[in-house]
Amino acid sequence: MTYLPKPKFRHPAIEKNELGLTHRDYEGAISTLCAGCGHDSISSAIMHACFELDLPPHRIAKLSGIGCSSKTPTYFLGNAHGFNSVHGRMPSVLTGANLANKDLIYLGVSGDGDSASIGFGQFAHAIRRGVNMVYIVANNGVYGLTKGQFSATADKGATLKKGAANPDDPIDLVMMALHLGASFVARSFSGDKGQLVPLIKAAVEHKGPAFIDCISPCVAFNNHDGSTKSFDYVRAHNEAVNALDFISERAPITTDYAPGEMQLVKLHDGSTIRLRKIGADYDVHDRVAAINYLMKHDVAGEIVTGLVYVEEDPGDMHDRLQTVDTPLNQLGDADLIPGAAALAKINASLR
Amino acid sequence: MRSDKVAPADYFHKVVDCQWACPAHTPVPEYIRLIAAGRYGDAYMINWDSNVFPGILGRTCDRPCEPACRRGRVEDEPVAICRLKRVAADFKENVKERMPPKAARKNGKRVACIGAGPASLTVARDLAPLGYDVVVFDSEPKAGGMMRTQIPKFRLPESVIDEEVDYVLDLGVTFRSGTRIDSLRQVMGEGYDAIFVGSGAPRGRDLDVPGRAEAAAQIHIGIDWLANVAFGHVKKVSKRVIVLGGGNTAMDCCRSARRLGGEDVKVVVRSGFEEMKASPWEKEDAMHEGIPILNFMVPKEVKHVDGRLTGMVFEKVRAEYDARGRRNLVPTGEPDTLIECDEVLVAVGQENAFPWIERDIGVEFDKSGMPIVDPVTYQSTAPNVFFGGDAAFGPKNIIWAVAHGHGAAFSIDALCQGRDVAARPAADGVFVSQKMGIHEWTYDNDISLQRRLKVPLRDNAVALTDIRVEVELGFDTRRALSEAQRCLNCDVDTIFAAKLCIECDACVDICPMDCITFTKDGAEGELRTRLTAPAVNLTQDLYVSDPLKTRRVMVKDEDVCLHCGLCAERCPTGAWDMQKFSVQLPRAGTTCQSRA
Repeated sequence: MTYLPKPKFRHPAIEKNELGLTHRDYEGAISTLCAGCGHDSISSAIMHACFELDLPPHRIAKLSGIGCSSKTPTYFLGNAHGFNSVHGRMPSVLTGANLANKDLIYLGVSGDGDSASIGFGQFAHAIRRGVNMVYIVANNGVYGLTKGQFSATADKGATLKKGAANPDDPIDLVMMALHLGASFVARSFSGDKGQLVPLIKAAVEHKGPAFIDCISPCVAFNNHDGSTKSFDYVRAHNEAVNALDFISERAPITTDYAPGEMQLVKLHDGSTIRLRKIGADYDVHDRVAAINYLMKHDVAGEIVTGLVYVEEDPGDMHDRLQTVDTPLNQLGDADLIPGAAALAKINASLR
Repeated sequence: MRSDKVAPADYFHKVVDCQWACPAHTPVPEYIRLIAAGRYGDAYMINWDSNVFPGILGRTCDRPCEPACRRGRVEDEPVAICRLKRVAADFKENVKERMPPKAARKNGKRVACIGAGPASLTVARDLAPLGYDVVVFDSEPKAGGMMRTQIPKFRLPESVIDEEVDYVLDLGVTFRSGTRIDSLRQVMGEGYDAIFVGSGAPRGRDLDVPGRAEAAAQIHIGIDWLANVAFGHVKKVSKRVIVLGGGNTAMDCCRSARRLGGEDVKVVVRSGFEEMKASPWEKEDAMHEGIPILNFMVPKEVKHVDGRLTGMVFEKVRAEYDARGRRNLVPTGEPDTLIECDEVLVAVGQENAFPWIERDIGVEFDKSGMPIVDPVTYQSTAPNVFFGGDAAFGPKNIIWAVAHGHGAAFSIDALCQGRDVAARPAADGVFVSQKMGIHEWTYDNDISLQRRLKVPLRDNAVALTDIRVEVELGFDTRRALSEAQRCLNCDVDTIFAAKLCIECDACVDICPMDCITFTKDGAEGELRTRLTAPAVNLTQDLYVSDPLKTRRVMVKDEDVCLHCGLCAERCPTGAWDMQKFSVQLPRAGTTCQSRA
């Protein structure tokens, strides 16, 4: 952490996006997390993704629960809406907010404790309901805020800083999200912004529940030799299924790939994700194959990263509930209180 | 590429832009921190060690440091380095006791310095404490040279010159005042081990136009006239005065004329306003005193009636540049302009004059009449005769004369001690970590957003009535603190240890100026294009690390680094550290051997 605010000066040739904003306009307060925390890199990736997508910060709502991860919304997008909820309850608060105003972009930020332990049920239901959101879990495998006990995502056999091994099986949130029907599922690593930033951009543009499990080493308690969520371990065992280029609707396609190497994924707003396949012939639209692939590589001790699964044009909670086009918070008294005649009509229909 | 490994001292010295640009390499950030801490005497002594005349230079320096200042690239305006130097001189406690003691034992070597200007005094300052018997000759009654004769007192009070000249002379230097040297052969015959010529550029260039000779009584050479003003021989001037020339001497002439009764004073310059040699702030000061500067006008004729000056005729020109970028002034064809006046001051340049150096004593001159002098050793073709200041390479500024003096003193010491004069030890340096605690540094790393402060001036109504009243009031201590905090502490370097780095990106994320990138190594030109922010300023180096675990390298563009230390505060492993780099440059008394 740092006591001083970040100096206001910026690079004299700093790039501006279509809104005339620089990436520094997407910053929040100075982080109070430990120096080197992976979560700060995720914050930075979110800022860069929003900057590159030309998103106006005030059209974004960032929601979180409790924990190191859930502190981070304070440290990015200072001009966005925010709600720091109760432990594990971010998904239901987000669902409620989304029901009320579907026009905002919802960014749920959670951790492995917040989502895989106390909020496991909340996580499951928000995903299965198809809430249109980006759900990022900053996953470090320990409870950093309470001095580094194993969390539910810690791998069996991984050790604590002082050597105690984890006897329990881990929860794989990516696998859970696939089972629960998430229409966009990815895993990434805080130390690889080249992969993480395009994933966040694609997740923001995806309409439906987009889940990103982001391994984020805890430098204070879980970045040692016995850890499976350390910088070195993740770098050594990273098995990326694809590399992404996120291409917005406007940008021309400039790079060329050999045929068969590339898979195009259309998003509902007209933008495109281009996936450059790495290694195995991996189909990003095949949920069952994805689950198999994950299990196989998990047994081999490899960490699968990249865009694991995406459904084109999945629809979301509002489509399922057939809500009106106008966001509910914009409905006036006339719409909400149609009067005695309307009530009589409804009553008559039930007789 | 790994640039800092080639010549580490030069690499990190160059990061301190101001110090690198200063001919005398004054450790600017170091003394500015001391000013901020209220340690004015310490700040003064650091200056004195490097540039010998902090009080004088704090008022008159040409400030090569300021255009180089990193703050000017981050914001609009550089730190007011020069005027902070004056603060150190103005508010210091008595520093007399801190001056080096007279040499306890003479070393038996005798050195003659001809001329008592800044170059000679620097040679004397460097050599006298080492035991040299230094004799300084000057035709004037007091030492100081052009600092005393040519710089008007309203810019540089006499008391400041007296004080700083005395610090040098009190080191046991013999000063032969009122002694004009008419023959170098004679001095060479007096058995000195070395002779330093610091006689300046004493002759003002004249004007060659019709009518010049006829109206001679009202036309004066600028530097001679300034000297006459300085010594009180000239006490007033006519009401309408034309000053010819666009350099700092012209600015001193016009402002002096304004104080001696000149009501309608104009500066007329051949070149355009931007190309004038005068420092921008000197032009500003002149205009502030109601003196117009007329450009692109070439003197054509002096008008006179019965030997009395009535005015001058100028031809209007414009600048044209040929294919090789050389400027030609071509007439615009407009009618000539007559400017009526009663007196003309000619400040169109200075020339060196060495009528007193015989041409058959081993000191060779080039075609233009300048001595042949080695630009590193300051040695002439006569092995024991050295030149410095304006006498060596033509008119420059005081700070250059000081730099020449240091260099010549080193050579003289080498010569007298039987070492190779040409062997210069490489610059060396010391790194000291500035870390005191988790977020505590020995320096103030909070970046001030304060804009550059102006030095308050005395009101024109008072300033223009007395030529001895100093115009600039200087910063008070409160303003000095505020200005000092604008300094970015560029001598506190970001030092990176590749073997400690875990590549967590924390430094990249926190850097407010997007200076840091982790990427594949490459050739510099190509590397510059693929950094977080493209490194387009080619005068600023890239700091490239050894390969990291991922085979990438850390690249930091030095250009606009604020030295805020946030990279080091965010680094979980201490791979980044803020370390103060103190460059150690060779001086008379240091030898190659002792630094090996």
